[in-house]
Amino acid sequence: MSLGKSATPLGKVRGLGSAGEGGEHWITERVTSIALLLLGIWLFASLLLLPKLDRQTIIEWLRAPSAAVPMALLVVVAFRHALDGVKVVVDDYVHEPGRNFAWNLFLLFLAVAGGALALYALATICFGTVR
Amino acid sequence: MAVSILHRATGIALSIAGLGLLTWWLLAIAEGEDAYLRFAKLGASPVGLIVLIGLTWSFFQHLLSGVRHLVMDSGAAFELETNKRFAILTIAGSLILTIVTWVYILGGRP
Repeated sequence: MSLGKSATPLGKVRGLGSAGEGGEHWITERVTSIALLLLGIWLFASLLLLPKLDRQTIIEWLRAPSAAVPMALLVVVAFRHALDGVKVVVDDYVHEPGRNFAWNLFLLFLAVAGGALALYALATICFGTVR
Repeated sequence: MAVSILHRATGIALSIAGLGLLTWWLLAIAEGEDAYLRFAKLGASPVGLIVLIGLTWSFFQHLLSGVRHLVMDSGAAFELETNKRFAILTIAGSLILTIVTWVYILGGRP
């Protein structure tokens, strides 16, 4: 966008102001961060407090709703928070619109695929017949 | 400034290595005893331990500097002295928590 030196003050700011969006992304990033503060501490403490970290102990733990539900929430919220966070970094460093779009599309697909894969594994553990 | 960069670096590490490892761990548990043993063996190898300790530190650093950012989002702690002390506290806190965690794990958890 090029503005001549003769542009009026109003002309100078037109089209250069707030993008008019992004507030929701900012709030979401903070809301998920507070959720992850709780869920992250939960996972960390749970792993340290389990008597053993062998597969049978973990399966038994994850099959109880008291662990399966927070784990499912953790997967969804963590992938969302990671996507929101990395997007800020991409938007800060990749300015060319085409490349910016390509990066954000790639990261969106990666996050959705990763989250789906983790949920699939969790569902297999909780409802599958594997022992 | 430095803590802000650390927040981004640890965030990227947790997004890629942290979530990658969480997904891999769940998949290994779902797959069976052999897959889980392979995963556990890798985790206990020197490289595995370095990655796990690094991720533990990233987790605590990102958690503490994340709380710092939340406090600053509320408009508080912008005074130079307070701000600097808070930033240093996140680094000291993350290092102490990482050391305590791994002494507990490697010291043969009670």
